[in-house]
Amino acid sequence: MGRTLAEKVWDDHVVRRAEGEPDLLFIDLHLLHEVTSPQAFDGLRKSGRQVRRLDLTIATEDHNTPTLDIDKPIADPVSRAQLETLRKNCAEFGVRLHPLGDVEQGVVHVVGPQLGLTQPGMTVVCGDSHTSTHGAFGALAFGIGTSQVEHVLATQTLPLARPKTMAITVEGELPEGVTAKDLILAIIAKIGTGGGQGYILEYRGSAIEKLSMEARMTICNMSIEAGARAGMIAPDETTFEYLKGRVHAPEGEDWDAAVAYWKTLKTDDDAVFDAEVFIDANSLSPFVTWGTNPGQGAPLSANVPDPASYEDASERLAAEKALEYMGLTAGQPLRDIKVDTVFVGSCTNGRIEDLRSAADILRGRKVADGVRMLVVPGSARVGLQAVAEGLDVVFKEAGAEWRHAGCSMCLGMNPDQLAPGERSASTSNRNFEGRQGKGGRTHLVSPQVAAATAVTGHLASPADLSDAPATAGV
Amino acid sequence: MEAFTTHTGRAVPLRRSNVDTDQIIPAHWLKKVTRDGFEDGLFEAWRKDPEFVLNRPERQGATVLVAGPDFGTGSSREHAVWALQNYGFKTVISSRFADIFRGNSLKNGLLTVVLEQKIVDALWELTEQDPTAEITVDLEAREVRAEGITAAFELDENSRWRLLNGLDDISITLQNEDDIAAYEAKRPSYKPRTLQV
Ligand code: SF4
Repeated sequence: MGRTLAEKVWDDHVVRRAEGEPDLLFIDLHLLHEVTSPQAFDGLRKSGRQVRRLDLTIATEDHNTPTLDIDKPIADPVSRAQLETLRKNCAEFGVRLHPLGDVEQGVVHVVGPQLGLTQPGMTVVCGDSHTSTHGAFGALAFGIGTSQVEHVLATQTLPLARPKTMAITVEGELPEGVTAKDLILAIIAKIGTGGGQGYILEYRGSAIEKLSMEARMTICNMSIEAGARAGMIAPDETTFEYLKGRVHAPEGEDWDAAVAYWKTLKTDDDAVFDAEVFIDANSLSPFVTWGTNPGQGAPLSANVPDPASYEDASERLAAEKALEYMGLTAGQPLRDIKVDTVFVGSCTNGRIEDLRSAADILRGRKVADGVRMLVVPGSARVGLQAVAEGLDVVFKEAGAEWRHAGCSMCLGMNPDQLAPGERSASTSNRNFEGRQGKGGRTHLVSPQVAAATAVTGHLASPADLSDAPATAGV
Repeated sequence: MEAFTTHTGRAVPLRRSNVDTDQIIPAHWLKKVTRDGFEDGLFEAWRKDPEFVLNRPERQGATVLVAGPDFGTGSSREHAVWALQNYGFKTVISSRFADIFRGNSLKNGLLTVVLEQKIVDALWELTEQDPTAEITVDLEAREVRAEGITAAFELDENSRWRLLNGLDDISITLQNEDDIAAYEAKRPSYKPRTLQV
């Protein structure tokens, strides 16, 4: 019987397989950041162990880093201590580090692909759940906990039980103005935040094949929000094209050998998935969340749902709690929801393509009075490229703040936070209570919806802009 | 890692589903660089409410958390497990756990027990009516027992063996170092490296 993409990559990394034990998998790339690594390095030190493969390990700083005044000492002493701990650990053990201020610094999941370190058929891990992002290259990539970080540092392997596989087949054409973000939000609303649990998702079908690498990363990024640890997309010409010439991409004969291998990384026609989901791309429209988990989303054209309409008691309760926290009433049109802040950035939507699409909408327009808009590149290099293309000027002229790279307002760990009760439209991936700051209210949106929302002051798509040219938001 | 064989204790019934890791331990706690001292961050936002179940005097000293479905969703932060342990929980019962959280818990010796929702409901009712009711989680027998309730649970043999013996994963893996070296020797040269070595 044929094998799925996930099974092929898995099988190629088995170091040891024994009856009654989880498989021991080799890890090709280990990404580190300041939040989940200190206790792991401590563990190594205590047991007198070294990092087994420094040449497969790389670190950057992202969660705690400020996005303003990055040349000044970090104000929050606790954040500063965490970054200093990473720097000390990397120096002591010999790990390559891109600290704040370095041109390769940024959100760890933007940095890996951009350097060409993430390649098809690899196993990639990081102490961060959004490691699933790297699956866009046909890599098996998943988030791990700190004990596992220590395990990988010490052994370059992980004992793992093989998950099941789920195909998410998206056929058709995404309508104009509908993006990868809308698609993944719609997928999560359909299968639920627990729907992918225990599975590796494989996104496939004609609509997925047409997506750029950046859009594919947006999709795989949020696999975790559907409960799956990993999401994958089979590598193809789009993937090879993206990788060619990147700093760590193979060259010459190595490139040819690599591409020959990468081309084998497709689910066989006779392979069987443990579960299958079908989505019609043509039926989709811009999607936003109204609640406090990423599965609580609806088309922008819909109304805030009535909790009473849920048959399942726990879903009903969750919806009631969400509406209360979000300060919304059932039946209210989503488009009427006014926001205070708009955030464009994060490992979901902080890549150059995302910034370009937001800038396209803001060009010649203004951010609405009373709305604060933050634009934060996913990495310092994305920031430089945006500046080279003049996007920073577009943002600034529209009245948005242009910041330095980092996780920023994706989570309340650095100075960029929502105040209690403040409402945001955010291109990040989690709308949990307090995620963007204590008491903050988050609506997850695409970069296009974020930009249009900034202009109108309420949740909106580019098509809603009164002066919208016919092609806006494409 | 501390071994887990059998544990008996009073319970905290947490009637909420989809308790994500941001609720278990908010992000600002993640700045600490140690594995202990997270007890005050556990469910921090909810604990501001004096009526929150964890704050009730009759729940002090409870060691078994009985939670709703999809407990531990969200981020991979192991701090969520440490916070539960630092607070004094030895075991968490739910009808469904998020994968990463479950993996983290078993690696740290916090036993996460999956039971059918109707048994979780029964445990909620029992411990809500009688806060002194004790729950026993017996890993040797793979069984949860409380007054009027006996329920078997599943746990793969390997995780169970590690927990029962308090074995740390890294030393187990390093016993197979030859296998790792053999694998490394045949890795293709086109695989990327972060450093020149
Ligand atoms: S951008 Fe957000 S989701 Fe991504 S790594 Fe940073 S905090 Fe996590």
